[in-house]
Amino acid sequence: MIAVEFVLAGMLAAATPFLLAALGELVGERAGVLNLGVEGVMALGAAIAFIIVYHGGGHVAAFAGAGLAGVLLSLLFAFVALGLQANQVAAGLAIGILGQGLSALFGKTYESLTVKGLAKLAVPGLSDLPVVGGLFVQDSVVWLSLAGTLAIWAVFAFTKTGLVLRAVGENPKAAHSIGYPVIAIRVAAVAFGGMMSGFAGAYAATVYTPLWADGMIAGRGWIALALVVFGTWLTARIFWGACLFGAVSLAGLAAQAGGVELPSQLLASLPYLITIIVLGIISSNRRLLKLNGVASLGDPFKP
Amino acid sequence: MVAPLLSLRGISKRYGEVRANQAVDLDVAPRSIHAILGENGAGKSTLMKLIYGVETPDSGEMLWEGAPLALASPSAARRRGIGMVFQHFSLFETLTVIENIRLVVPGRTRTLVTRIRELGAEFGLEVDPYAHIHQLSVGERQRVEIIRCLMTDPKLLILDEPTSVLPPQSVSRLFDTLQRLRDGGVSVLFISHKLEEIRAICDHATILRAGQVTGHVDPREHDAHDLARMMIGRDMPEPPPKASAKPGETRLELIGLTYAPDDPFAMPLKNLALTLKAGEILGIAGISGNGQAELSELISGEIRLPLEQREQVQMMGEPVGHLGAADRRNLGFSFVPEDRLGRGAVQGMSLARNSLLTAHPLGLVRHGLIAMAQAADFTRRCIADHDVRTSGVEAEASGLSGGNLQKFIVGREMMLAPKLFFLAQPTWGVDIGAATTIRQKLVALRNQGVAILVISEEIDELFDICDRIQVLSQGRLSPSLEARRTRPEDIGRYMIGAGTPT
Ligand SMILES: Nc1ncnc2c1ncn2[C@@H]1O[C@H](COP(=O)(O)OP(=O)(O)OP(=O)(O)O)[C@@H](O)[C@H]1O
Ligand SMILES: [Mg+2]
Repeated sequence: MIAVEFVLAGMLAAATPFLLAALGELVGERAGVLNLGVEGVMALGAAIAFIIVYHGGGHVAAFAGAGLAGVLLSLLFAFVALGLQANQVAAGLAIGILGQGLSALFGKTYESLTVKGLAKLAVPGLSDLPVVGGLFVQDSVVWLSLAGTLAIWAVFAFTKTGLVLRAVGENPKAAHSIGYPVIAIRVAAVAFGGMMSGFAGAYAATVYTPLWADGMIAGRGWIALALVVFGTWLTARIFWGACLFGAVSLAGLAAQAGGVELPSQLLASLPYLITIIVLGIISSNRRLLKLNGVASLGDPFKP
Repeated sequence: MVAPLLSLRGISKRYGEVRANQAVDLDVAPRSIHAILGENGAGKSTLMKLIYGVETPDSGEMLWEGAPLALASPSAARRRGIGMVFQHFSLFETLTVIENIRLVVPGRTRTLVTRIRELGAEFGLEVDPYAHIHQLSVGERQRVEIIRCLMTDPKLLILDEPTSVLPPQSVSRLFDTLQRLRDGGVSVLFISHKLEEIRAICDHATILRAGQVTGHVDPREHDAHDLARMMIGRDMPEPPPKASAKPGETRLELIGLTYAPDDPFAMPLKNLALTLKAGEILGIAGISGNGQAELSELISGEIRLPLEQREQVQMMGEPVGHLGAADRRNLGFSFVPEDRLGRGAVQGMSLARNSLLTAHPLGLVRHGLIAMAQAADFTRRCIADHDVRTSGVEAEASGLSGGNLQKFIVGREMMLAPKLFFLAQPTWGVDIGAATTIRQKLVALRNQGVAILVISEEIDELFDICDRIQVLSQGRLSPSLEARRTRPEDIGRYMIGAGTPT
């Protein structure tokens, strides 16, 4: 029982860095751009945000700074991959490595320092419920991320903006011939993705584990990328995938604390394994993949 | 003459070495239907793209209602009142009809749906607004394109080969539409390879040859033969000779072929039967959307039947229903699909690499490695033998004009020396000279003993080349009809389902 409570209470916060980064990547991929630099952009965002909070700038400024850094780094990617039509995979990897390098450089003097996280906000009434109560005590960023998830889902489901993004991602040539500025739309989508990755890094470094250690993003950017694909580019699935990942990693911790005899390496790899298996099964429907997949993903477009 | 709605003066456009348009002059009068005529690759589509702002001319000027016109993009063109229906559709397959329309036409979804239904009923262009594009046949997709264009209330409507995939009834209804639009004050620029169509509805015609204007005529004052000569600069090729058929052994047999697609929007096929022998051409007539797509995928092997149903499709006397496309090709089957960009060829690849896709057994692959020299050689022969107009074997498939790409694909498949040759809409968008050549070659293959199956919406074409015709309507196949003893009206009756038991 205690374990279940523990998992429910922490699941959303654990999921948030994945969720933010994956939602940003979703928007970019929907427009047809594969940005593999998420991990590096998150790392840069994390360093910037940590430094700002450490020097007393506060969390709002920290997130703004991390988001801005994410946008700038992604624009560099966009310039290379969309402007110069370089290979998106190579450009993304290069930008990712650059981001990690910058992160290590900026964070060097802050190694092992800590900052204060964010206060939790409780939903009155619901938070007093037995067992599930913990679910309703979260910090403000978690609440905002949930709202953001809903907003992105609504954009794709109901708005013309969402329609245009999907159109550009499926058939850039046709989008061009009916008059949409394909490159500009893609650049904007990539910039949005960069901002979200920046936020994701900021959350990881200043709220979830408010302690600086080089390499603290620890592969979360890659998991976010996988979530987008296994979630078949659907907002809701990406959300549940992120939650599942958060829940399984906490369950592993709870199991360890409860004295379950499993090698810690296995426990640590469990969330990756379970998330990939579950989402892999869900995403094996070919019809859904065809309908939701992005046909021009990764292809350069020359107007 | 009244002041023209649109004038072009000295418009030129090059793609690398290809001069697609050279110093083109053109005047489109208000309230007129103006034809642009020319062979495949003459530069018709290019000229239309310049007028619609998809491409910008290298030199020359355009005047719209007397004022200079510089178009930065198609949306600028639409704001001026220019609308266009593309030859290679600009639709998004994973989106629904209504979503595709919303991308171009402003307005609330509910009002748009009502207008789609109204326009569809009025002009015979019925489509389900909520269907996904990938579920639609080529003909239905074109209806979507035309409706989308009409919904922007254009003053000038550009139609790039709109009739090439429409069934005959829809063509005459479309012509009514165009005439009504003209009487309502809209001008139409109309591209078609069907000269009789042009003579039927066009007030003016401009003829292009190799990117240059070779004449402005009144199409009603010239017969189709004259027009064709002006287009190709020589006399039209003779229609194919008809030798009497000497059918040999059975090469393709469908025995009670029944198929229930899991896609709820696809057409189920019920108990189809046909027999095709060596040395015969069998035509499948009918309007697309009646099971044509499903039938062609079942024959090509893109859809496989479960093992226990494998007897329902037989090739060269063997049950093949469960086999994939490659295994069927190994038996001596070859196939030209209806959509040339996508299934027939890969847009972004060179012609030589496109040759490899199906011709690899002809020594283009050695020890698992691509023999590029052989592939280039094969492609060069294909280009030369089938009169494909292109810059060479390294040209990208998407850079070829529609008709030339079709000639290339048909040629490639013919060079595989098939025993059983299957073509879906083989002359869609192919100019009259090239279409006649393709038909001639099919008849020649038949005389050499190849079994040929042709799915086509063009009844005239089927009567031209087929020994027998069967009609596919509502997923059912009519009995076989001798082409010589059948009148088009009989086919028409089966097409609307009147001749089949239900
Ligand atoms: N994007 C492009 N890149 C390179 N060459 C092109 C491109 N578009 C067209 N061309 C070339 O320009 C010429 C004219 O092509 P266009 O598509 O205008 O012909 P068309 O008259 O419309 O022919 P069809 O009747 O076959 O459609 C062709 O030789 C074609 O290969
Ligand atoms: Mg054309």
